[in-house]
Formats: sequence, structure tokens, C-alpha cells
Amino acid sequence: MTLTHGAIDCDIHPTVPSARALLPHLEPYWREHLLRRGLERESFDISAYPSGSPLTARPDWRGANGLAATNLAAIQAQLLDPFRPSAAICNVLHGAQMMMSEDLSLALCRGINNWLIAEFLDRDPRLRASITVPIHSAELAAEEVERLAGDPRFVQILLLAMAELPLGRRQMWPLYKVAEKYRLPIGIHAGSSFRHPPSAGGWGSLYLEDYVSYAQGFAGALNSLLAEGVFQKFPDLKVVLIESGVSWLPASLWRIDKTWRGVRSEVPWLAQLPTEIVRDRVRMTLQPFDSPPDRAALARVLDQIGSDDMLLYSSDYPHWQFDGMDVLPDGLPPALLPKILFDNPRATYPRLAALNPVGETTA
Amino acid sequence: MAKHVVARTAEIPPGGRKLVTVRGREIGIFNLDGEFFALFNRCPHQGAALCSGEIVSRLESALPGDYRLSRPGEMLRCPWHCWEFDIRTGQSWCEPNSVHARTFPVTTEPLVAETVDVTIAERYVVVTL
Repeated sequence: MTLTHGAIDCDIHPTVPSARALLPHLEPYWREHLLRRGLERESFDISAYPSGSPLTARPDWRGANGLAATNLAAIQAQLLDPFRPSAAICNVLHGAQMMMSEDLSLALCRGINNWLIAEFLDRDPRLRASITVPIHSAELAAEEVERLAGDPRFVQILLLAMAELPLGRRQMWPLYKVAEKYRLPIGIHAGSSFRHPPSAGGWGSLYLEDYVSYAQGFAGALNSLLAEGVFQKFPDLKVVLIESGVSWLPASLWRIDKTWRGVRSEVPWLAQLPTEIVRDRVRMTLQPFDSPPDRAALARVLDQIGSDDMLLYSSDYPHWQFDGMDVLPDGLPPALLPKILFDNPRATYPRLAALNPVGETTA
Repeated sequence: MAKHVVARTAEIPPGGRKLVTVRGREIGIFNLDGEFFALFNRCPHQGAALCSGEIVSRLESALPGDYRLSRPGEMLRCPWHCWEFDIRTGQSWCEPNSVHARTFPVTTEPLVAETVDVTIAERYVVVTL
């Protein structure tokens, strides 16, 4: 029995092999639209995770076409059967979320959600999913959430950290309202729709700097949610930062706490330390974990995060974050593991609250 | 604890303040609508001259977009890092449980000046420390 047996894996990535795979799952109008434009030949890879990048898929998990996690059999053989989670949450990373046309964006997101149901959720009871939504239209995103909220296998709503506007802006609030209504956490995944450079200083030349800058993208998204008062406006809303790297958080919180003390008259709805709000309302998936170089330093980082409730187990499958079966970052305190692997995910996702370690839902 | 006469009441009108030195300590005397309060002129955060800071109100809001000005002129904003303190209690707004500016009891009392022929009764501001 591995340590992860019975755990809830809060971030895995089924991959849409090509737009052609979505055709059966699109509404007739949009199927014809794609075919007229020849879009079924596109991959709609997102620039944050180009399919050829080493980080996007572990080499031994890539199929003959070079892609990983494109079908249920692969996910079962590589993840579900060896690691034995009681549940795993599918987050599909795809250009559908950020098309310039908001209507096309919604149509493709619907296709992805239908594809998830037909190819994965209906075929393996261990799988759950985030609702893929058009990230540049809160109204259309809310519409898609309304369509699927009755299906308990959808446990979260998926956004990216960097979009056209900072995530706290009021244009996003219609989505947060519906998220709160259905008690669906907002999952914010690493990445950008690249309307703006990932680094606020301008466009970089290399993938390395883009990818590393995603941590600052999370800080920006979190600062926006805090400053704009999203956590006060939507008191039951929870946020999960997915694939953020984790260890950037303490310094970012120290900085916003310090600054808030001096300028809190600008944001009077923030009546408590931003750190306290974050510990209460924000969660983070485990992989990738930007570990400090030694165990003592890791213990300090965990202490600085300041809450045992915040970390949620994730494999980030099939992204290449670990080799073999070493899915847990080295040096995590054993006493914390039951919380990370099971209790925290259950407390974060109301729709998984009744799940027991063998994957059965108790009444 | 001894009483120290530090000002005539008329010197510090409502909304006004006066910095005084008592037994080597700088103390700010504030008049809030006829009530007098005294704060040590040293911010508990990093020691700035707190009593030279701007006198402000409380800006409050339960939710974004819902704005309310309360306690006009009853907060003191430190000139260094803009931490705000309640002039009445010294309580910090951002860390109300752990950070307090030091306060001193203040009274206003009539005092009799010693003169031969004339007695002038005026109210004086008296601080106790």
C-alpha cells in the first residue's frame, strides 16, 4: 500500500488530443463552424504548457503521438491504478478557455466538459472534474456552471491565474456569485491567456522565465482578490491555487500584511490581516512544490505558511514534477500527511466531503 | 503619579492639539469636541513622533462599494508608516489586540493663580503621570 492510497488527488490533467476529438461533443452549429474554418486540425495547446515542453508530460507517460493522458486507459494505468487515489480531479488545460471570441470560447469549453463526462467521468468512478469555463466572460462562464452544477462529479470551477483582467475585478463577480451559490471552489491554475506578458516587466525570451514568473502571477491574482474585497463580498467562496509552487506564499503575505497596515483606509472592507483571510479561504495544491534545499528550511516554510489546513495533495499528472512513485515532496512531516492527502481536500470540496478512503460516498 | 498643568484649555480648541514636555517626556494633548486626551509622542510600531501625525477619521466598509465615514477627527495617523490610532484609547486600528499607543489620564481643572489683588479663574489642562 502506498502512502497515497485513498488520497484525493486535486490536480490531474487529461489532455484533449486534438480539436477533432471534441467534434462529437460540440453543438451542431459550432461543429460546423470548426470544420468550415479547419479548426479541427488545431491542437489549441496553451502557451503555458506547450505539448513538446519537458515539463508538460513525463517522458515515460507520453504515448506514441508524443502526448500524455489523452485517454482513460493511460490515466488508469499510469495514475489511478499505481497511486490508488480515492478520487482525482481533472483540470483540462486548453486554449478553449481563452479564445478571443467569447462565444467560441464557451462552445469549446462546453465541448470539453461534455468530452470529460463521456470519456472519463462516466467511465471511472474515481474521477471528478473542474468545470472548464471561458475565462474572459464571467456571464458565459456562469452560464456553463449553471448547466453543469447539478452533476456532483464537477467539484470546482477552473480559471487561470493571469487573464485579461486581474481576477478580483468586479467583471468577474457574476462567476463568483454562481460559484458561491453551488459551493464550488474557484480553482486558479498556473498559466496565462497571454493578453499580457507573464512578467509585468514585458515579454521575456525564454520558457524558463515565463514559467518561473507564474508564481508572481498567482501573487497578483491573490492580491487582486484580497484588495477588491472578493472574500467579503462572497463570504462562502473558497479559492484553490493549483500548481502554484507553494513556497512563494509566505513572503508575499508578509508584504501585503505590512502594506495593508499603512493603507488600510483605502480598502476598509479588509478588516483583518490579509494573511488571516488567506489561511481561512485559500488552499494550495501540493505539486509542484518549490522545496527549499534542506529539510530544516522546509519545516520553516511550512511553519511560515502557518496553517495545516492549506495544502491539498496533487500529483499534477502527467506534468513532469517527479519520477517513479515519488509523488510526495521529500521531507514533509509524517503527521501532516493525513491532512494533506485526505482531510484537507475533503474539507475544501463540499462535493467530496462524504468520500471515504476507499472511494465510497457515505451518507 | 503627580498632576502637571500643561495648558490653558483655551489654547487647544476642539480639533486642535498641543505638544508638551512633562518630566522629559513629550506628550500630545488633543481636544475632541471639548474632551481632552493625552498620547505619548512615540509610535509603538517604530518610535516615530506619533503626535505630529495627521488627525483623520475612520473610513469603514462592510463590503466593497459600501463606504462610511465614522468618528470624524478621532484617529491619529503616524507620520512614518500611516498606522492609525484611536486618539481616545490609543488602540491601533490594524492590530487592535496587540498594539497600543500609550495614553495618560487628562482632566481639566480650575486653578487659582496666586496674586495679591486679583484672582483669575481659568480652566487649565492638567495631565497626570
